[in-house]
Amino acid sequence: MLETTALPRNATLSPPLDTRHQVETPEGIDLPLRPAGLMVRALAFAIDLGLRGLIMGLLFIVLAMLGKLGAGLSSILLFVVSWWYMVLFEVLNQGRSPGKQWMGLRVVQDDGTPIGWSASLLRNLLRFIDLLPFGYFLGAISCLQHPNFKRLGDIAAGTLVIYRDRPLTRPELPEALPSRPPFALTLAEQRAILGFAERQGELSRARAHELASILAQPLQIPAPRAVEALNGIARGLLGPA
Amino acid sequence: MKQRLFENRHKAEWAQFSLHLERLEQDRTTQDLDSFPSDYRRLCNHLAIARERGYSSFLVDSLQQQVLRGHQQLYRHRSQLGANVVAFILADFPRLVREQWRFVLAASLMFFGSLFGFALLVYGFPELIYNLIPAPQVSEMQSMYDPAAGHLGRTADRASSENWMMFGYYIMHNIGIAFQTFASGLLLGLGSVFYLIFNGLMIGAVAGHLTYIGYGQTFWPFVIGHGAFELTAIALAGAAGLQLGWALIAPGRLPRAQALQLAARKSVLLICGVMLFLLIAAFIEAYWSSMTSPTAMTKYLVGAALWLLVLTYLLFAGRQRHAPE
Repeated sequence: MLETTALPRNATLSPPLDTRHQVETPEGIDLPLRPAGLMVRALAFAIDLGLRGLIMGLLFIVLAMLGKLGAGLSSILLFVVSWWYMVLFEVLNQGRSPGKQWMGLRVVQDDGTPIGWSASLLRNLLRFIDLLPFGYFLGAISCLQHPNFKRLGDIAAGTLVIYRDRPLTRPELPEALPSRPPFALTLAEQRAILGFAERQGELSRARAHELASILAQPLQIPAPRAVEALNGIARGLLGPA
Repeated sequence: MKQRLFENRHKAEWAQFSLHLERLEQDRTTQDLDSFPSDYRRLCNHLAIARERGYSSFLVDSLQQQVLRGHQQLYRHRSQLGANVVAFILADFPRLVREQWRFVLAASLMFFGSLFGFALLVYGFPELIYNLIPAPQVSEMQSMYDPAAGHLGRTADRASSENWMMFGYYIMHNIGIAFQTFASGLLLGLGSVFYLIFNGLMIGAVAGHLTYIGYGQTFWPFVIGHGAFELTAIALAGAAGLQLGWALIAPGRLPRAQALQLAARKSVLLICGVMLFLLIAAFIEAYWSSMTSPTAMTKYLVGAALWLLVLTYLLFAGRQRHAPE
């Protein structure tokens, strides 16, 4: 995530390449949400569908032994499972039906807050329209053309399916002697160098070398020592140098 | 300030905040966190500072996650439904129905118009019913209401388990129809119009046919009671669907998506009322309408009273300013 926070006056923002949806909070903070696309949502739905089938299959077997009482119960059950399964899970389990939980998704309101009863009921009732004319055709079309991948039910209810944030682990910075950069860095440059140091564990040695040697000339150091020098600057940016 | 110093200075605060977050996320009713809003705003401040000073992605991203979680707790929408069910039933729902009277009127005209219109047509020209309902189903339905064959084609007094079975069936069937009528309103209202008229025609056909062949004495006492709630509910579900469709056809000064959202927020409340009506209807249908001991006259009287009750409720409940809270 590299972005200059201070843009030159009147600069036009270049449209972002990713699909993040920025929510501006009343505190003036922009929170990025990552809407989930069609495929992952379809998979989550498939999991939910399978699970529902399983639940109903098992309970029907049990209820079939109860005779007429069981028949009444099973039609109530069919009703609850077909219309309320999603709603109950979404509202009571922080926007996650089991399928969504499995795929790392959750449903939130457009402003990033947890989904409530009325929004959840609405988006799941309108699923009936998304299903038309067969196999989620309208829903898929709507999902593919919408910038935030919303199906019709999501548009009407003002909800958004997003990827859940995974807890971050602190990256190990490579050992190096903290040093000062030879000239003042802009914020983006500073973030880039810190990013390079933080992500070095994920890079191969050759790739790290290749990336760092781009900066060898402006830093006026020999290319083989560029990785070490950048790590030093990164450490220097974090703590005393 | 260097990042490490910044982190060390605020580390304890952040840890404390994340503990509070966990408590709030696990238990919504947690009350004793008066400092939460101010803590949250301090965290926002820290995030803004961290971004502005170009601190590392790890710090910025983890602060961002905390802020998002805090945002979700602080600005969580209070549920309009769960909080005040009583106020909703006593005042808000009938008020909403009256507020949307145009849609309610349109939906009622479509539904009851096609129902009574077709019932009269079938009564006058009996063979018309076979255009709508296939003959085997007609005869099956006929046997259900045959006055000679006990009551409603079943044993004279149904066992309670059978009532229970029918209760479940009616819930499933009727609320399903109401939901379909509502949701299909998203297709520019056409779906709701279709379901309203289709259901009106079906019920009208059955009513007209049974009256024509002289089974009216078993049919009408059976349906009049729960019909008050059931038929009104279908019309209201249609009205909610029409409202959705109308927001798309004539959004006024708003963009269509926004107009749809506003309409949807109201119509889902209507649907909650509809569900309530249908639960009552299913209960009456399973336990009162199927009883054989009361005379037809009693059933008509009770049915008329129920219709009067529904109409009075929708027209007058919640009118006075000091509505019961």
